[in-house]
Amino acid sequence: MLLNIYIDWAFVLEKFLLVAVIVTLSLVIAMYTTYAERKVAAWLQDRRGPNRAGPFGLLQPLADGGKLFFKEEIIPLASSKFLFILGPSLAMITATLTSAVIPWGTSLHLFGRDISLQIADVNIGILYIFGVVSLGVYGIMIGGWASNNKFSLLAAIRGASQMISYELAMGLALIALLMMTGSLQMSVIVKNQVANGWHIIYQPLGFLIFFVCALAECNRTPFDLAEAENELNFGYHQEYSSMKLGFYLFAEYINMFISSAVMSTLYFGGYDIPFVNEAAWNIDANLLALIGFAVLMAKTFFFLFVFLWIRWTIPRFRYDQLMNLGWKKLIPLALINMVVTAAVILWLKK
Amino acid sequence: MQLTQRAKQVDRRPMTFVESLYLWNIAKGMWITFTHLFKKRPTINYPEQTRSFSKVFRGLHVLNRDAEGRENCTACGLCAVACPAEAITMEAAERLPGEENLYREEKYAAKYEINMLRCIFCGLCEEACPKDAIYLSQTFAPANYGRKGFIYKKDELLIPHPVNDPQGYQKAREEKSGKVK
Ligand code: SF4
Ligand code: SF4
Repeated sequence: MLLNIYIDWAFVLEKFLLVAVIVTLSLVIAMYTTYAERKVAAWLQDRRGPNRAGPFGLLQPLADGGKLFFKEEIIPLASSKFLFILGPSLAMITATLTSAVIPWGTSLHLFGRDISLQIADVNIGILYIFGVVSLGVYGIMIGGWASNNKFSLLAAIRGASQMISYELAMGLALIALLMMTGSLQMSVIVKNQVANGWHIIYQPLGFLIFFVCALAECNRTPFDLAEAENELNFGYHQEYSSMKLGFYLFAEYINMFISSAVMSTLYFGGYDIPFVNEAAWNIDANLLALIGFAVLMAKTFFFLFVFLWIRWTIPRFRYDQLMNLGWKKLIPLALINMVVTAAVILWLKK
Repeated sequence: MQLTQRAKQVDRRPMTFVESLYLWNIAKGMWITFTHLFKKRPTINYPEQTRSFSKVFRGLHVLNRDAEGRENCTACGLCAVACPAEAITMEAAERLPGEENLYREEKYAAKYEINMLRCIFCGLCEEACPKDAIYLSQTFAPANYGRKGFIYKKDELLIPHPVNDPQGYQKAREEKSGKVK
Protein backbone atom coordinates (compact mmCIF):
# COMPACT_ATOMS: atom_id res chain seq x y z
CA MET A 1 0.00 0.00 0.00
CA LEU A 2 1.31 3.38 -0.90
CA LEU A 3 1.25 6.07 1.68
CA ASN A 4 0.24 9.20 -0.03
CA ILE A 5 2.13 11.87 1.88
CA TYR A 6 1.91 15.40 0.68
CA ILE A 7 5.20 17.18 0.99
CA ASP A 8 5.35 20.92 0.74
CA TRP A 9 8.70 21.22 -1.02
CA ALA A 10 8.80 24.99 -0.80
CA PHE A 11 8.35 24.70 2.94
CA VAL A 12 11.17 22.16 3.21
CA LEU A 13 13.44 24.33 1.09
CA GLU A 14 12.62 27.41 3.10
CA LYS A 15 13.35 25.71 6.39
CA PHE A 16 16.49 24.14 5.01
CA LEU A 17 17.79 27.52 3.89
CA LEU A 18 16.90 29.05 7.22
CA VAL A 19 18.73 26.31 9.09
CA ALA A 20 21.76 26.71 6.86
CA VAL A 21 21.80 30.47 7.29
CA ILE A 22 21.40 30.36 11.04
CA VAL A 23 23.96 27.64 11.62
CA THR A 24 26.45 29.44 9.38
CA LEU A 25 25.68 32.66 11.13
CA SER A 26 26.24 31.20 14.56
CA LEU A 27 29.49 29.60 13.40
CA VAL A 28 30.77 32.86 11.95
CA ILE A 29 29.70 34.78 15.01
CA ALA A 30 31.38 32.23 17.26
CA MET A 31 34.51 32.59 15.15
CA TYR A 32 34.53 36.30 15.55
CA THR A 33 33.70 36.02 19.22
CA THR A 34 37.10 34.41 19.67
CA TYR A 35 38.55 37.46 17.95
CA ALA A 36 36.42 39.78 20.06
CA GLU A 37 37.48 37.91 23.17
CA ARG A 38 41.11 38.60 22.45
CA LYS A 39 40.45 42.19 21.49
CA VAL A 40 38.31 42.91 24.54
CA ALA A 41 40.82 41.20 26.79
CA ALA A 42 43.51 43.38 25.31
CA TRP A 43 41.51 46.58 25.65
CA LEU A 44 40.59 45.89 29.24
CA GLN A 45 44.26 45.33 29.96
CA ASP A 46 45.47 48.40 28.05
CA ARG A 47 46.89 46.28 25.25
CA ARG A 48 46.11 46.25 21.55
CA GLY A 49 45.20 42.65 20.87
CA PRO A 50 45.64 40.77 17.59
CA ASN A 51 46.39 43.22 14.79
CA ARG A 52 48.71 41.40 12.43
CA ALA A 53 46.53 39.06 10.35
CA GLY A 54 44.69 41.31 7.95
CA PRO A 55 43.40 44.81 8.70
CA PHE A 56 42.87 45.16 12.48
CA GLY A 57 43.75 41.48 12.74
CA LEU A 58 40.37 40.55 11.28
CA LEU A 59 41.72 37.38 9.68
CA GLN A 60 42.98 36.11 13.03
CA PRO A 61 40.13 33.59 13.52
CA LEU A 62 40.87 32.10 10.09
CA ALA A 63 44.52 31.80 10.97
CA ASP A 64 43.63 30.14 14.27
CA GLY A 65 41.25 27.72 12.57
CA GLY A 66 43.80 26.89 9.90
CA LYS A 67 46.40 26.24 12.53
CA LEU A 68 44.09 23.90 14.43
CA PHE A 69 43.33 21.95 11.24
CA PHE A 70 46.99 21.39 10.51
CA LYS A 71 47.86 20.21 14.01
CA GLU A 72 48.62 16.58 14.51
CA GLU A 73 45.64 14.54 15.62
CA ILE A 74 46.48 12.58 18.74
CA ILE A 75 44.18 9.99 20.23
CA PRO A 76 45.69 8.65 23.44
CA LEU A 77 46.29 4.90 23.37
CA ALA A 78 44.56 4.27 26.67
CA SER A 79 41.46 6.23 25.77
CA SER A 80 38.26 4.71 24.56
CA LYS A 81 38.28 5.79 20.97
CA PHE A 82 34.59 5.94 20.20
CA LEU A 83 33.74 8.04 23.24
CA PHE A 84 36.83 10.15 22.70
CA ILE A 85 35.52 11.23 19.33
CA LEU A 86 31.92 11.40 20.49
CA GLY A 87 32.71 13.97 23.18
CA PRO A 88 33.58 16.97 21.02
CA SER A 89 31.01 16.00 18.40
CA LEU A 90 28.30 16.03 21.02
CA ALA A 91 29.46 19.36 22.36
CA MET A 92 29.31 20.85 18.89
CA ILE A 93 25.98 19.30 17.94
CA THR A 94 24.18 20.40 21.08
CA ALA A 95 25.66 23.87 20.74
CA THR A 96 24.24 24.32 17.25
CA LEU A 97 20.90 22.59 17.95
CA THR A 98 19.65 25.22 20.38
CA SER A 99 19.29 27.94 17.79
CA ALA A 100 16.29 26.14 16.28
CA VAL A 101 13.60 27.61 18.52
CA ILE A 102 14.80 31.17 18.85
CA PRO A 103 12.60 33.62 16.96
CA TRP A 104 15.15 35.65 15.03
CA GLY A 105 12.55 38.08 13.79
CA THR A 106 8.95 38.37 12.68
CA SER A 107 8.32 36.93 9.25
CA LEU A 108 9.50 37.81 5.79
CA HIS A 109 6.97 38.01 2.99
CA LEU A 110 8.67 36.67 -0.12
CA PHE A 111 7.31 35.02 -3.30
CA GLY A 112 3.82 35.09 -1.92
CA ARG A 113 4.78 33.12 1.16
CA ASP A 114 5.13 34.09 4.75
CA ILE A 115 8.53 32.91 5.85
CA SER A 116 8.85 32.85 9.60
CA LEU A 117 12.32 33.72 10.85
CA GLN A 118 12.11 30.97 13.41
CA ILE A 119 13.15 27.49 12.42
CA ALA A 120 10.64 25.65 14.57
CA ASP A 121 7.95 27.37 16.60
CA VAL A 122 7.35 24.41 18.88
CA ASN A 123 5.04 24.97 21.80
CA ILE A 124 7.62 23.71 24.28
CA GLY A 125 10.39 25.98 23.03
CA ILE A 126 12.03 26.67 26.37
CA LEU A 127 11.85 23.06 27.46
CA TYR A 128 13.56 22.12 24.22
CA ILE A 129 16.37 24.55 24.92
CA PHE A 130 16.77 23.20 28.42
CA GLY A 131 16.79 19.65 27.17
CA VAL A 132 19.44 20.30 24.56
CA VAL A 133 21.57 22.41 26.87
CA SER A 134 21.59 19.70 29.50
CA LEU A 135 22.74 17.28 26.81
CA GLY A 136 25.76 19.53 26.49
CA VAL A 137 26.97 18.21 29.85
CA TYR A 138 27.58 14.88 28.17
CA GLY A 139 30.05 16.43 25.77
CA ILE A 140 32.17 17.47 28.71
CA MET A 141 31.61 14.34 30.76
CA ILE A 142 32.28 11.92 27.95
CA GLY A 143 35.32 13.86 26.82
CA GLY A 144 36.77 13.91 30.30
CA TRP A 145 35.98 10.27 30.92
CA ALA A 146 37.23 8.94 27.62
CA SER A 147 40.56 10.75 27.89
CA ASN A 148 41.60 8.39 30.67
CA ASN A 149 43.41 11.16 32.48
CA LYS A 150 42.97 12.13 36.13
CA PHE A 151 42.81 15.84 35.45
CA SER A 152 40.31 15.50 32.66
CA LEU A 153 38.14 13.26 34.78
CA LEU A 154 38.24 15.63 37.74
CA ALA A 155 37.39 18.53 35.48
CA ALA A 156 34.56 16.61 33.89
CA ILE A 157 33.07 15.76 37.28
CA ARG A 158 33.37 19.36 38.37
CA GLY A 159 31.84 20.59 35.15
CA ALA A 160 28.96 18.17 35.34
CA SER A 161 28.07 18.91 38.95
CA GLN A 162 28.35 22.62 38.31
CA MET A 163 26.08 22.53 35.31
CA ILE A 164 23.50 20.38 37.02
CA SER A 165 23.48 22.61 40.12
CA TYR A 166 23.03 25.78 38.17
CA GLU A 167 20.42 24.34 35.87
CA LEU A 168 18.15 24.08 38.90
CA ALA A 169 18.32 27.75 39.76
CA MET A 170 17.99 28.63 36.10
CA GLY A 171 14.86 26.57 35.77
CA LEU A 172 13.34 28.11 38.90
CA ALA A 173 14.08 31.60 37.62
CA LEU A 174 12.36 30.69 34.39
CA ILE A 175 9.25 29.33 36.07
CA ALA A 176 8.48 32.82 37.35
CA LEU A 177 8.79 34.07 33.79
CA LEU A 178 6.55 31.33 32.46
CA MET A 179 3.90 32.16 35.02
CA MET A 180 3.77 35.62 33.54
CA THR A 181 3.48 34.54 29.94
CA GLY A 182 1.55 31.35 30.48
CA SER A 183 3.33 29.70 27.58
CA LEU A 184 6.53 27.83 26.82
CA GLN A 185 6.43 28.92 23.20
CA MET A 186 9.25 31.31 22.37
CA SER A 187 7.24 33.33 19.87
CA VAL A 188 4.45 33.85 22.39
CA ILE A 189 6.96 35.00 24.99
CA VAL A 190 8.32 37.59 22.59
CA LYS A 191 4.86 38.75 21.52
CA ASN A 192 3.91 39.12 25.16
CA GLN A 193 6.88 41.42 25.62
CA VAL A 194 6.07 43.45 22.52
CA ALA A 195 2.61 44.02 23.95
CA ASN A 196 3.34 44.48 27.66
CA GLY A 197 6.92 45.66 27.94
CA TRP A 198 10.08 43.71 28.42
CA HIS A 199 10.28 41.03 31.07
CA ILE A 200 13.38 42.59 32.57
CA ILE A 201 11.11 45.26 34.04
CA TYR A 202 8.98 42.69 35.85
CA GLN A 203 11.66 40.12 36.56
CA PRO A 204 14.95 41.87 37.31
CA LEU A 205 15.92 39.34 39.99
CA GLY A 206 14.89 36.49 37.74
CA PHE A 207 17.06 37.85 34.98
CA LEU A 208 20.03 38.24 37.30
CA ILE A 209 19.73 34.63 38.43
CA PHE A 210 19.26 33.49 34.86
CA PHE A 211 22.31 35.42 33.76
CA VAL A 212 24.55 34.04 36.49
CA CYS A 213 23.39 30.54 35.69
CA ALA A 214 23.96 31.12 31.99
CA LEU A 215 27.56 32.01 32.79
CA ALA A 216 27.87 28.77 34.71
CA GLU A 217 26.20 26.76 31.95
CA CYS A 218 28.59 28.11 29.37
CA ASN A 219 31.58 27.33 31.58
CA ARG A 220 32.62 30.94 31.49
CA THR A 221 34.63 32.76 34.08
CA PRO A 222 34.00 33.10 36.99
CA PHE A 223 32.57 29.59 36.69
CA ASP A 224 35.16 28.03 34.39
CA LEU A 225 36.10 25.37 36.89
CA ALA A 226 35.89 22.67 34.26
CA GLU A 227 38.86 24.13 32.45
CA ALA A 228 40.76 25.67 35.32
CA GLU A 229 44.16 25.94 33.73
CA ASN A 230 46.18 26.43 36.85
CA GLU A 231 44.76 23.59 38.90
CA LEU A 232 43.65 21.04 36.32
CA ASN A 233 46.21 21.80 33.61
CA PHE A 234 43.61 22.30 30.94
CA GLY A 235 40.50 20.63 32.20
CA TYR A 236 38.37 18.11 30.38
CA HIS A 237 39.90 18.73 26.96
CA GLN A 238 43.48 18.26 28.05
CA GLU A 239 44.11 15.20 25.90
CA TYR A 240 42.48 16.69 22.85
CA SER A 241 44.41 18.11 19.98
CA SER A 242 43.79 19.53 16.54
CA MET A 243 40.21 20.22 15.49
CA LYS A 244 38.70 18.10 18.26
CA LEU A 245 40.08 20.61 20.71
CA GLY A 246 38.89 23.30 18.35
CA PHE A 247 35.37 21.88 18.51
CA TYR A 248 35.31 22.05 22.28
CA LEU A 249 36.54 25.63 22.33
CA PHE A 250 34.25 26.54 19.49
CA ALA A 251 31.21 24.95 21.09
CA GLU A 252 31.79 27.18 24.10
CA TYR A 253 31.61 30.26 21.92
CA ILE A 254 28.51 29.06 20.11
CA ASN A 255 26.91 28.38 23.49
CA MET A 256 27.74 31.90 24.52
CA PHE A 257 26.15 33.29 21.40
CA ILE A 258 23.03 31.18 21.80
CA SER A 259 22.59 31.94 25.47
CA SER A 260 23.01 35.63 24.73
CA ALA A 261 20.29 35.29 22.13
CA VAL A 262 18.08 33.38 24.57
CA MET A 263 18.55 36.03 27.23
CA SER A 264 17.70 38.82 24.80
CA THR A 265 14.66 36.86 23.71
CA LEU A 266 13.37 35.94 27.13
CA TYR A 267 14.06 39.12 29.04
CA PHE A 268 14.88 41.89 26.59
CA GLY A 269 12.07 41.68 24.14
CA GLY A 270 13.75 39.64 21.40
CA TYR A 271 13.31 41.41 18.10
CA ASP A 272 11.26 44.20 19.69
CA ILE A 273 12.62 47.66 18.99
CA PRO A 274 12.76 49.51 22.29
CA PHE A 275 10.82 52.74 23.05
CA VAL A 276 8.87 52.82 19.78
CA ASN A 277 5.74 51.23 18.47
CA GLU A 278 7.03 49.87 15.20
CA ALA A 279 3.64 48.51 14.20
CA ALA A 280 2.52 52.11 13.67
CA TRP A 281 5.39 52.91 11.34
CA ASN A 282 3.64 51.88 8.22
CA ILE A 283 6.72 50.60 6.41
CA ASP A 284 7.39 47.44 4.47
CA ALA A 285 6.95 44.34 6.63
CA ASN A 286 10.10 42.76 5.19
CA LEU A 287 12.16 45.78 6.12
CA LEU A 288 10.64 45.74 9.57
CA ALA A 289 11.54 42.07 10.00
CA LEU A 290 15.12 42.81 9.02
CA ILE A 291 15.31 45.74 11.43
CA GLY A 292 13.92 43.50 14.15
CA PHE A 293 16.59 40.93 13.35
CA ALA A 294 19.28 43.59 13.56
CA VAL A 295 17.90 44.77 16.90
CA LEU A 296 17.98 41.24 18.27
CA MET A 297 21.55 40.89 17.05
CA ALA A 298 22.51 44.14 18.73
CA LYS A 299 21.11 42.92 22.03
CA THR A 300 22.87 39.60 21.58
CA PHE A 301 26.18 41.28 20.87
CA PHE A 302 25.77 43.39 23.94
CA PHE A 303 25.40 40.28 26.07
CA LEU A 304 28.35 38.69 24.34
CA PHE A 305 30.37 41.72 25.29
CA VAL A 306 29.19 41.40 28.88
CA PHE A 307 30.31 37.77 28.86
CA LEU A 308 33.78 38.81 27.73
CA TRP A 309 33.85 41.77 30.04
CA ILE A 310 33.07 39.58 33.03
CA ARG A 311 35.66 37.05 32.03
CA TRP A 312 38.42 39.62 32.00
CA THR A 313 37.34 41.19 35.28
CA ILE A 314 36.55 38.47 37.79
CA PRO A 315 38.79 35.68 38.97
CA ARG A 316 37.52 32.12 39.14
CA PHE A 317 35.40 30.98 42.07
CA ARG A 318 36.68 28.35 44.41
CA TYR A 319 34.74 25.12 44.15
CA ASP A 320 33.03 25.43 47.54
CA GLN A 321 32.14 29.05 46.82
CA LEU A 322 30.61 27.93 43.56
CA MET A 323 28.47 25.31 45.23
CA ASN A 324 27.52 27.67 48.07
CA LEU A 325 26.47 30.32 45.62
CA GLY A 326 24.47 27.88 43.56
CA TRP A 327 22.66 25.94 46.25
CA LYS A 328 22.47 28.34 49.19
CA LYS A 329 22.03 31.68 47.47
CA LEU A 330 20.68 31.38 43.95
CA ILE A 331 18.17 28.59 44.49
CA PRO A 332 16.53 30.23 47.57
CA LEU A 333 16.48 33.57 45.77
CA ALA A 334 14.92 31.98 42.73
CA LEU A 335 12.32 30.28 44.92
CA ILE A 336 11.44 33.57 46.63
CA ASN A 337 11.25 35.26 43.25
CA MET A 338 8.91 32.53 42.05
CA VAL A 339 6.62 32.70 45.08
CA VAL A 340 6.44 36.49 44.99
CA THR A 341 5.66 36.47 41.29
CA ALA A 342 2.96 33.89 41.80
CA ALA A 343 1.44 35.88 44.65
CA VAL A 344 1.45 39.09 42.66
CA ILE A 345 -0.14 37.41 39.67
CA LEU A 346 -2.89 35.91 41.85
CA TRP A 347 -3.48 39.24 43.55
CA LEU A 348 -3.73 41.08 40.23
CA LYS A 349 -6.12 38.53 38.79
CA LYS A 350 -8.49 38.75 41.75
CA MET B 1 54.75 46.75 66.68
CA GLN B 2 53.92 48.91 63.75
CA LEU B 3 56.59 48.78 61.06
CA THR B 4 55.20 51.27 58.59
CA GLN B 5 52.70 54.10 58.60
CA ARG B 6 50.66 52.40 55.91
CA ALA B 7 49.92 49.16 57.75
CA LYS B 8 46.24 48.32 57.54
CA GLN B 9 44.23 45.93 59.61
CA VAL B 10 42.85 43.08 57.51
CA ASP B 11 39.09 42.89 57.74
CA ARG B 12 38.31 39.29 58.62
CA ARG B 13 34.67 39.67 59.47
CA PRO B 14 32.50 37.02 57.83
CA MET B 15 30.72 38.16 54.70
CA THR B 16 27.21 39.50 55.03
CA PHE B 17 24.53 38.00 52.84
CA VAL B 18 24.70 40.83 50.32
CA GLU B 19 28.46 40.56 50.17
CA SER B 20 28.25 36.83 49.70
CA LEU B 21 26.22 37.41 46.55
CA TYR B 22 29.38 39.13 45.26
CA LEU B 23 27.28 41.40 43.08
CA TRP B 24 28.28 44.78 44.44
CA ASN B 25 31.97 43.98 44.44
CA ILE B 26 31.75 42.50 40.98
CA ALA B 27 30.03 45.66 39.77
CA LYS B 28 32.85 47.73 41.23
CA GLY B 29 35.44 45.55 39.54
CA MET B 30 33.63 45.73 36.26
CA TRP B 31 33.52 49.49 36.44
CA ILE B 32 37.29 49.55 36.88
CA THR B 33 37.90 47.36 33.86
CA PHE B 34 35.36 49.34 31.88
CA THR B 35 37.27 52.58 32.44
CA HIS B 36 40.33 50.83 31.03
CA LEU B 37 38.55 50.53 27.69
CA PHE B 38 39.14 54.23 27.21
CA LYS B 39 42.66 54.48 28.50
CA LYS B 40 45.58 55.30 26.29
CA ARG B 41 47.54 52.21 25.29
CA PRO B 42 51.23 52.40 26.10
CA THR B 43 52.06 49.88 23.35
CA ILE B 44 54.59 50.76 20.68
CA ASN B 45 53.74 48.88 17.48
CA TYR B 46 57.19 47.46 17.16
CA PRO B 47 58.15 46.83 13.56
CA GLU B 48 56.37 49.98 12.38
CA GLN B 49 57.35 52.16 15.30
CA THR B 50 60.55 51.87 17.23
CA ARG B 51 61.63 53.48 20.38
CA SER B 52 64.96 55.29 20.14
CA PHE B 53 67.78 53.92 22.23
CA SER B 54 69.47 56.00 24.85
CA LYS B 55 72.50 57.98 23.76
CA VAL B 56 74.86 55.61 25.50
CA PHE B 57 73.29 52.42 24.17
CA ARG B 58 75.90 49.82 23.30
CA GLY B 59 74.92 47.60 20.41
CA LEU B 60 76.56 45.71 17.62
CA HIS B 61 80.24 46.29 16.90
CA VAL B 62 81.52 48.09 13.85
CA LEU B 63 85.08 47.96 12.57
CA ASN B 64 85.99 51.43 11.48
CA ARG B 65 87.67 52.76 8.35
CA ASP B 66 89.25 56.13 7.90
CA ALA B 67 88.08 58.75 5.43
CA GLU B 68 89.88 57.08 2.52
CA GLY B 69 88.38 53.73 3.31
CA ARG B 70 91.38 52.08 4.91
CA GLU B 71 90.82 49.79 7.84
CA ASN B 72 91.90 51.31 11.12
CA CYS B 73 92.62 48.13 13.01
CA THR B 74 96.23 47.21 13.51
CA ALA B 75 95.61 43.88 15.20
CA CYS B 76 97.26 44.95 18.41
CA GLY B 77 94.99 42.64 20.38
CA LEU B 78 94.23 45.16 23.12
CA CYS B 79 90.50 44.74 22.59
CA ALA B 80 90.76 40.99 22.98
CA VAL B 81 92.75 41.46 26.18
CA ALA B 82 90.26 43.96 27.52
CA CYS B 83 87.28 41.83 26.68
CA PRO B 84 85.91 40.29 29.90
CA ALA B 85 83.90 37.73 27.95
CA GLU B 86 86.76 36.65 25.73
CA ALA B 87 84.59 37.13 22.72
CA ILE B 88 87.17 38.48 20.32
CA THR B 89 89.59 36.41 18.24
CA MET B 90 91.93 37.74 15.61
CA GLU B 91 94.84 36.85 13.43
CA ALA B 92 97.35 39.46 12.43
CA ALA B 93 99.05 39.80 9.06
CA GLU B 94 101.63 42.15 7.60
CA ARG B 95 100.60 44.71 5.07
CA LEU B 96 102.30 44.00 1.74
CA PRO B 97 103.46 46.68 -0.64
CA GLY B 98 100.55 47.84 -2.74
CA GLU B 99 98.00 47.30 0.04
CA GLU B 100 98.41 50.78 1.47
CA ASN B 101 94.97 51.75 0.22
CA LEU B 102 93.42 48.86 2.17
CA TYR B 103 95.01 49.07 5.60
CA ARG B 104 96.12 52.15 7.42
CA GLU B 105 98.83 50.51 9.51
CA GLU B 106 101.64 48.17 8.57
CA LYS B 107 100.05 45.35 10.45
CA TYR B 108 96.41 44.50 10.08
CA ALA B 109 93.84 41.96 11.20
CA ALA B 110 93.55 39.27 8.56
CA LYS B 111 90.87 37.60 10.59
CA TYR B 112 88.72 39.34 13.17
CA GLU B 113 85.81 37.56 14.83
CA ILE B 114 83.44 38.49 17.64
CA ASN B 115 81.21 35.86 19.12
CA MET B 116 77.97 37.71 19.74
CA LEU B 117 76.71 34.95 22.02
CA ARG B 118 79.64 35.52 24.37
CA CYS B 119 79.77 39.28 24.10
CA ILE B 120 78.13 41.16 26.93
CA PHE B 121 78.20 44.48 25.07
CA CYS B 122 80.20 46.17 27.79
CA GLY B 123 82.08 48.36 25.36
CA LEU B 124 85.48 47.74 26.90
CA CYS B 125 86.89 46.80 23.49
CA GLU B 126 85.93 50.23 22.23
CA GLU B 127 87.64 51.88 25.16
CA ALA B 128 90.76 49.78 24.86
CA CYS B 129 91.31 50.44 21.17
CA PRO B 130 94.16 52.90 20.53
CA LYS B 131 93.33 53.22 16.85
CA ASP B 132 89.66 54.15 17.04
CA ALA B 133 89.12 50.98 15.05
CA ILE B 134 86.16 49.44 16.82
CA TYR B 135 83.03 50.97 18.27
CA LEU B 136 79.62 49.83 19.37
CA SER B 137 76.72 51.03 17.24
CA GLN B 138 73.04 51.55 18.04
CA THR B 139 71.77 48.35 16.45
CA PHE B 140 71.64 44.88 17.89
CA ALA B 141 72.40 41.43 16.58
CA PRO B 142 69.41 40.01 14.69
CA ALA B 143 68.12 36.51 15.35
CA ASN B 144 69.83 33.63 13.63
CA TYR B 145 69.15 29.98 12.92
CA GLY B 146 72.43 28.57 14.22
CA ARG B 147 75.12 29.33 16.72
CA LYS B 148 77.67 29.68 13.93
CA GLY B 149 75.72 32.61 12.57
CA PHE B 150 76.40 34.56 15.70
CA ILE B 151 80.16 34.54 15.19
CA TYR B 152 80.52 37.75 13.27
CA LYS B 153 83.40 37.88 10.80
CA LYS B 154 85.12 40.86 9.32
CA ASP B 155 82.71 41.19 6.42
CA GLU B 156 79.81 41.60 8.86
CA LEU B 157 81.67 43.91 11.18
CA LEU B 158 83.39 46.29 8.77
CA ILE B 159 81.77 49.61 8.09
CA PRO B 160 80.85 50.15 4.39
CA HIS B 161 83.54 51.74 2.27
CA PRO B 162 83.20 55.55 2.40
CA VAL B 163 84.29 56.03 -1.22
CA ASN B 164 82.79 52.97 -2.92
CA ASP B 165 79.56 52.90 -0.92
CA PRO B 166 79.02 56.41 0.46
CA GLN B 167 75.34 55.81 1.23
CA GLY B 168 75.97 52.73 3.34
CA TYR B 169 78.81 54.51 5.06
CA GLN B 170 76.57 57.47 5.83
CA LYS B 171 73.89 55.20 7.26
CA ALA B 172 76.38 53.39 9.45
CA ARG B 173 77.72 56.72 10.68
CA GLU B 174 74.21 57.79 11.59
CA GLU B 175 73.57 54.60 13.50
CA LYS B 176 76.69 55.35 15.41
CA SER B 177 75.00 58.66 16.34
CA GLY B 178 77.95 60.78 17.18
CA LYS B 179 79.81 58.45 19.47
CA VAL B 180 83.14 58.71 17.63
CA LYS B 181 84.17 62.04 16.22
S1 SF4 C 1 81.64 44.67 24.08
FE1 SF4 C 1 82.72 43.84 25.87
S2 SF4 C 1 82.22 41.67 25.77
FE2 SF4 C 1 81.70 42.49 23.77
S3 SF4 C 1 83.51 42.15 22.54
FE3 SF4 C 1 83.71 44.20 23.40
S4 SF4 C 1 84.86 43.93 25.30
FE4 SF4 C 1 84.11 41.91 24.67
S1 SF4 D 1 90.27 46.82 17.15
FE1 SF4 D 1 91.61 48.30 18.11
S2 SF4 D 1 92.27 47.28 19.99
FE2 SF4 D 1 91.40 45.68 18.67
S3 SF4 D 1 93.12 44.88 17.60
FE3 SF4 D 1 92.23 46.44 16.30
S4 SF4 D 1 93.39 48.27 16.80
FE4 SF4 D 1 93.77 46.83 18.45
